[in-house]
Amino acid sequence: MKTFLIRRFLQSLLVLFGVSAIVFLILHLTGDPTLLLLPPDATAEEIARFRQVMGFNDPVVVQYVRFLRGAVQGNFGESLRHGEPALDLVVERLPATLELSAAALLIALCVAIPSGILSAVKRNTLLDYVSTVVALLGQSMPTFWLGIMLILVFSVQFNLFPSSGRGDLMHLVLPAITLGLFTTARITRLTRSGMLEVLGQDYIRTARAKGVGEPPVVWKHALKNASIPIVTIVGIELGTLLGGAVITETIFAWPGVGRLSVQAIYNRDFPVVQAAVFLLATTFVLVNLLVDVVYTYLDPRIRFR
Amino acid sequence: MNHQEAAGSLVLIRPTPWSEREWFALLVRLVRRRTALFGLAVVVFVVGAALLAPLISPFDPLAQDITQRLRPPGWQDALGSVHPLGTDHLGRDILARSIYGARIALLVGCAAVAISGALGMAIGLVSGYFGGRIDDLFMRLADVQLAFPFILLAIAVIGVLGPSLQNIIVVIGVSSWVVYARVVRGEVLSLREREFVQAAIALGSRDGRVLVRHVLPNAFTPWLVVATLDMARVIVVESALSFLGLGVQPPTPTWGGMLADGRVYLTTAWWLATFPGLAILFTVLGINLLGDGLRDTLDPRLKL
Repeated sequence: MKTFLIRRFLQSLLVLFGVSAIVFLILHLTGDPTLLLLPPDATAEEIARFRQVMGFNDPVVVQYVRFLRGAVQGNFGESLRHGEPALDLVVERLPATLELSAAALLIALCVAIPSGILSAVKRNTLLDYVSTVVALLGQSMPTFWLGIMLILVFSVQFNLFPSSGRGDLMHLVLPAITLGLFTTARITRLTRSGMLEVLGQDYIRTARAKGVGEPPVVWKHALKNASIPIVTIVGIELGTLLGGAVITETIFAWPGVGRLSVQAIYNRDFPVVQAAVFLLATTFVLVNLLVDVVYTYLDPRIRFR
Repeated sequence: MNHQEAAGSLVLIRPTPWSEREWFALLVRLVRRRTALFGLAVVVFVVGAALLAPLISPFDPLAQDITQRLRPPGWQDALGSVHPLGTDHLGRDILARSIYGARIALLVGCAAVAISGALGMAIGLVSGYFGGRIDDLFMRLADVQLAFPFILLAIAVIGVLGPSLQNIIVVIGVSSWVVYARVVRGEVLSLREREFVQAAIALGSRDGRVLVRHVLPNAFTPWLVVATLDMARVIVVESALSFLGLGVQPPTPTWGGMLADGRVYLTTAWWLATFPGLAILFTVLGINLLGDGLRDTLDPRLKL
């Protein structure tokens, strides 16, 4: 198990290394980062001086090593708009994004797992059909449209929930539902198919045959074994949530990393964009490392691989 | 396969009628699933609308009439023509714009899926067939790719390159290869050990020939399922980019762009944001149902 975790840790480091390379390259896509970082009315003299100061005349590899050295120390340069270190701006917004993603994930798990299990146990009943159709719709609905429709119904028509900003729990309801719906739909479908598969296994038949009641069969024997793919998908879905937060935060004016990065792109404030992309990707990698640790407890077979 | 072998001599002297061909049997099995049939019907409907847009659209999607702005669905103007879904903030017909919006959505969907599908197929084939260092390299690249929140990476890159139809297609296409590669790779790993592939290698076929003639055709089915389901995702991504103003630029009608316009008028004119969203939902739902049907028909073991 130790070797497994060490190998996973080294792998994560390697992935972060690749992430840093791509984040670095974003700025060099057009070939000349100077034109992206300076206002369009900069004089030729200013451009030349800026290029010299920033070291853009050096070979790309030298620039990348410098970028990497900065990134390791949390230095992504200063925000062109706010004059503060880019990473500070992003880190300041990170709790809001994590709060929103965690709430969305919580809603998803609380809704999806019970409905997935019920769907599988009561297969081919009305309940199963309703849950399947809702899950299908949820998977096909664009996040931003759902957000707008929720605002239209619950904020504009009935005035139940605020439509923007971060504050008390009421502010969290609509954005969290919006962000969580897709994940809810996915986990519901996965739980249903996973449970159906497990419920057909021999050991479930054995448990029933020896007189174990139906609730323990479902909740103990079956769910425990169906939970392994669910844990995996939770790690992957976190990536979906962090990405979806970009859109959800924009719609609900939620002051998180996603909204910050969209604004930064509109303002052409690229150091902030780089810091945001890097931080969210790092979060994702770390959470998946954590998921793998949890995994080894759930499925002992993995420890010996 | 069996009945063909049994009637081997017959097959040799006359061409197989289309009703006995394999793809036809698959199509019949697909259509027998009601949900898949519904999905297929939706896809045919949307593709038809996009292709025939100039013929079926009741109005010019770009024609502005500021005196007829923000009219509700069913509005009849002075000339007697009806706007079934109302007009937007510039007096443009929403039905016409929704129909034309399908063009961009499907164009980006098909083109991006073609790029990522080809890329993923190639990487999956090479990775699975050769294994070793090449495989390691591509699979680590896949991990890196998956570490990024997709939308954020896409808007960052498009923010740098500037929004245009071409950039959107390339960005989505180049960054969506991982699912294809993983599925194809898995398939190749088991195909590589099969007798017909081993036989081809033993007979001295070059690697390229083995891959293209023997492995690729057999890895095609799961690839097709992934491509169908991925098309749905790409359409949502395209509309999200347009919604953020980083998609195909106005005045070209896009569903996401229409939604962004409609969001501003949410309190006074609900129809602006509602109908383009329904168009996306309808299309994506249809493609998802078709994809699920294809998976269940072609490769029920495939977990997606």
